[in-house]
Amino acid sequence: MLCEHCGKRPATVHLTEIVQGQKSEYHLCETCAREKGEAAYQAIAGAFSVNQLLSGLMNFDPWVQERVETAAPPRCEHCGMTFNQFSQIGRFGCPHCYDAFSPGLDSLLRKIQSSDQHVGKVPKRRGGAIGMKRELQKLRLELQQRIAEERFEEAAHLRDRIRYLEQQTGT
Amino acid sequence: MSLGDFLSQSGSKWLRDEGPDSDIVISSRLRIARNLAGQSFPTIATEKDQRYVLEAVRQAASGSAVRRLGEFEMLVLKDISDLDKQVMVEKHVVSPALVDAPGGAVLLRKDEEMSVMVNEEDHLRMQCMLPGYQLDQALKMADELDDAFEETLDFAFDENKGYLTACPTNVGTGMRASIMLHLPVLVVTGNINRILSAVTQVGLTVRGIYGEGSDALGNLFQVSNQITLGQSEQEILSNLHGVANQIIEHERVARQHLLREARMRVEDRVCRSFGILAYSRQIDSKEAMQRLSDVRLGIDLDIIKGVSSSILKELMVATQPGFLQKYYGHEMSPGERDIKRAALIRERLRMDSQGLK
Ligand SMILES: [Zn+2]
Ligand SMILES: [Zn+2]
Ligand SMILES: [Zn+2]
Repeated sequence: MLCEHCGKRPATVHLTEIVQGQKSEYHLCETCAREKGEAAYQAIAGAFSVNQLLSGLMNFDPWVQERVETAAPPRCEHCGMTFNQFSQIGRFGCPHCYDAFSPGLDSLLRKIQSSDQHVGKVPKRRGGAIGMKRELQKLRLELQQRIAEERFEEAAHLRDRIRYLEQQTGT
Repeated sequence: MSLGDFLSQSGSKWLRDEGPDSDIVISSRLRIARNLAGQSFPTIATEKDQRYVLEAVRQAASGSAVRRLGEFEMLVLKDISDLDKQVMVEKHVVSPALVDAPGGAVLLRKDEEMSVMVNEEDHLRMQCMLPGYQLDQALKMADELDDAFEETLDFAFDENKGYLTACPTNVGTGMRASIMLHLPVLVVTGNINRILSAVTQVGLTVRGIYGEGSDALGNLFQVSNQITLGQSEQEILSNLHGVANQIIEHERVARQHLLREARMRVEDRVCRSFGILAYSRQIDSKEAMQRLSDVRLGIDLDIIKGVSSSILKELMVATQPGFLQKYYGHEMSPGERDIKRAALIRERLRMDSQGLK
């Protein structure tokens, strides 16, 4: 989809604006969205106290400070949200924003959470895949050891298991 | 319709039933936030995105895994009257934010102990609400509901960050556990502020249910976890249990102390409040909440007998503007509301004295 405003660049920012009960949707490129979007984001930002908390924290963070001042702050390729917009509204645009805004995000998470590493529940279906990835890492180390020790028969068994796991996890 | 029928039809199960430690813990609520992988969060979702999410949740809910957990109904908020939305908010079944969210919907189990808000701040917010102190049970139920949805939905999950949420304050477990506490004696003795500030030191938050700080109406407070990342669900709950048990113990000791030191003053206060609720002709919500809190304390201390102890939570909800309008069938000015509030409370108290329930 092309930008509704300039019709030249691809529309990567999708905005919903509600004025006096009238809802309008905009599909804009990043350049055009900046004009329209900043105002819209600012308007909804006021409602959330967490935003003040976040922007307060970010101003203390030298990494973020530096990024904010340079011309090209991190931006999520998937949904088009920039780190600036995130720090203003305090919420992400999509799951990919977490990758796009790392590592500035990690230091933020360490401040508002107890760490930046999840230790809780893993989705049941994903649990298998994550378990296999962890096993893979372990087996690859073991394989190197066996080869170094010239225990080739054991190494061959390990290689089979590794191939199987690689197929299962698609790596 | 009689008030009894009205309350049992429009009230949630958590409002009627009692639970463990319910002399102090009014209710337990556990909410988990989940999002669909690869989909924009509601933060920037278009109408089309919202419809997609709603359809995906609807389909997952019609699958056998979810249906095994009970009979659910999907309510799309734009198809519901403003009054019914307000009543759902007053019952704590949905959040005020959902009512304002475009494309919002709620999947509601018949007993209203389980619900799933759709297109609120996150795609799914699953909630379990139980009477009394039952956080572990609430986690078990929410966990089952989560597993049931996960059988067919791919949730946004990262090995390092856990469940990805629109707001970084929910990422990781996506879990918010909270208990509603009735702490009248800690408020009266002024110990509440010290306790509240201690609670915030250990990664928990506390706020008044109605009103803030020590001015909380009805002496009702909500304690919940603030941290969602870096601790497991069980660690978060055991941290919360540790603090909750201490607060409960403080309140119990303070109640016994007050009875020993000033029994007549306590009896006078709770009985006066009962008299006012039983006979007043108009009452504002602030006074009603305070009197209901007194009466509930009187019941817990065995001073007032023959009144059901669910009276506080039942009436704190049923005397809200939406409920009053629903019961009496018309919109009211604040002045008329005070009159009807008094009438509804009198009627509810009569139900107990007539042995009707
Ligand atoms: Zn453009
Ligand atoms: Zn994004
Ligand atoms: Zn938030």
